[in-house]
Amino acid sequence: MSKTFKIEVDCANCANLVEETAKKVEGVKDLSISFMTQKMKVTFEDGTDEDAVMAKVLKAAKKIESDFEIIL
Amino acid sequence: MNKKQRNMLVRIIIASAMTVALQFIGVGGWLRLALYVAVYLIIGFDILLKACKGIINGRVFDENFLMAVATVGAFALAVYERSGEYMEAVAVMLFYQVGEFFQSYAVGKSRRSIAALMDIRPDYANIEKDGDIVRVSPDKVEIGQIIIVRPGEKVPVDGVVVSGESSLDTSALTGESLPREVHSGNEVISGCINISGLLKIRTTKDFGDSTVSKILELVEDSASRKSKSENFISRFARSYTPAVCYCALALALLPPVFLLLFNGAAFELATFETWIYRALVFLVISCPCALVVSIPLSFFAGIGGASREGVLVKGSNVLETLSKVRTVVFDKTGTMTQGVFEVNAFHDHNDMDIEYSKTRLLEYAAIVESSSSHPIGKSLLRAYGHNVDHSRMSNLREIGGLGVTAVIDGKTVAAGNEKLMKSIGVTPCHCHTAGTIVHIAIDGEYSGHIVLGDVVKPTSAEAVADLRKSGVAQTVMLTGDTHAVAVQTAEKLGIDKVYSDLLPADKVARLETILKVSEGDGKVAFVGDGINDAPVLSRADLGIAMGAMGSDAAIEAADVVLMDDDPMKIGKAIRISRRCLRIVWENIMMALGVKGVCLILGVFGIVSMWLAVFADVGVMILAVLNAIRAMYVRKI
Repeated sequence: MSKTFKIEVDCANCANLVEETAKKVEGVKDLSISFMTQKMKVTFEDGTDEDAVMAKVLKAAKKIESDFEIIL
Repeated sequence: MNKKQRNMLVRIIIASAMTVALQFIGVGGWLRLALYVAVYLIIGFDILLKACKGIINGRVFDENFLMAVATVGAFALAVYERSGEYMEAVAVMLFYQVGEFFQSYAVGKSRRSIAALMDIRPDYANIEKDGDIVRVSPDKVEIGQIIIVRPGEKVPVDGVVVSGESSLDTSALTGESLPREVHSGNEVISGCINISGLLKIRTTKDFGDSTVSKILELVEDSASRKSKSENFISRFARSYTPAVCYCALALALLPPVFLLLFNGAAFELATFETWIYRALVFLVISCPCALVVSIPLSFFAGIGGASREGVLVKGSNVLETLSKVRTVVFDKTGTMTQGVFEVNAFHDHNDMDIEYSKTRLLEYAAIVESSSSHPIGKSLLRAYGHNVDHSRMSNLREIGGLGVTAVIDGKTVAAGNEKLMKSIGVTPCHCHTAGTIVHIAIDGEYSGHIVLGDVVKPTSAEAVADLRKSGVAQTVMLTGDTHAVAVQTAEKLGIDKVYSDLLPADKVARLETILKVSEGDGKVAFVGDGINDAPVLSRADLGIAMGAMGSDAAIEAADVVLMDDDPMKIGKAIRISRRCLRIVWENIMMALGVKGVCLILGVFGIVSMWLAVFADVGVMILAVLNAIRAMYVRKI
């Protein structure tokens, strides 16, 4: 299952760093951030609670770049 | 400009004004320091904050940290030296923020304008309800519903015109500026803009399956498929910043220690001063922003520019592969030829023209082929010219690469190539006319064959020559057609190699040998029309689907989708990709070059912190402007 989220991220390097870290979040199979389109594509592991995973992703992202936002 | 950017602009203006004012106020001592610190905090508090957060979260080396250390360090030196030279720290922070502001503004703006190029999403659909026309969201429209499209509106969902006449602007989809005339009975695809008349359209697909949704999906995903150069740069940025930090630390400590130990210099803080200053300069230069921003921006601009020309590229990685294409393999029917066949002759088992039973032969052929999606079937139907009564036919079997069999009016009819005839135990007549031959057997008895001729597209030969000019070394044609036709077409078009009589599975095998042979010498692209060749499209290094509007399988299997069926676009796509990659490398070289030079000069104390920040911001601005250039592809 994969979903695309609209995000807000200001710098391209932060986007790369967030991507690298958020990929390692539990329940995330794959994750890709496009700075250009300001979108984040998340592929979840099967049978995970997507909302819970996304909360963790956001928390991990905020640690790297406090301005990172996921627009729902 | 968004809210953040406006805030930043205000801060930049206030800080600049205060800095200028401070030059005229002759205060000294602690008051002077306090005023400069105030300006510094106005312009740079967020950087300091982020640097602190970074340290708390265990992420020490980022550009915020670098800038914070460099400027705070400069302040500290000025305080220690009692020189009152606080200007430098403030200026560096100010320039850095101006650079960041410019970057965020320019990148944001070009991002939006490129995204707008690709935005063909229809906002609403008009449907008739109780005599009134109401607007609904396109995804609420059901299959078979009648929608109304007024002049100036986008066609929201794929369908067939039921009434009205108009011309459609397809430029957003195909890059073709000539409007397309449509009238009742014509198929229209979503994303086109209705120019002149009111159209009533019966939808044939729902919004999610319509062309426009497929394209949007493709385009939106394209940016997440990253290229090798992008990955290289983000890996590079990860190790570059810490490396520079350690270098700066070494620069601040090693030379003075060396001087103390071996040159007998007196232990004074002054010995350290120069080197600490040089180390701070080092930190300013070390921000990898220019690279990290400009590379994805170049690719995005390239993809955006290409899509405006009707070339949809599925990702930066695809653009990269495209630029390395040295071998182009074509499918024949529908790709290099129009896929529209004309019936040229009817022959009997002696290869002689037949007159008397022509219509019967054509009728059977047309009925049996009537549900085939292959261009030959459609052409036979057109030549037949009557409506087909499907109830006369049963037991239809389509055998890929061979033909079709069915029972018509109680008779077993087989129509296809020589292989099909042999497989059902009929000896076909070997036809000596060049063309596509459809043999027909009725009740196991050979009844003759129909000779069809395919029409070469007007731009095919030019397209092959154009590819050669763009640096493609080899062109190959694969076809299921007979040897005679294949060779004739290849010669006409100037194609190097041709393989004929291939079943769909043979095409994959043939492509694999081509892939093996050309290994190490560039990439192999396969160009097909998406009918029957999806496996080949996905097996090639790069699959290019042509005229793929409406063919979902092709859009999914291919890496590059040409929205119209003009083969000239292949060369253009390759040139767009090459230019984009050239811009990417220009930026990498320029950024690394300037930084490298500055770092070396910094070690010897030739570059001041002022110059360092100018170099950093200047390179970034140049790189961003250069990246945007990748979008302008009309003339290449």
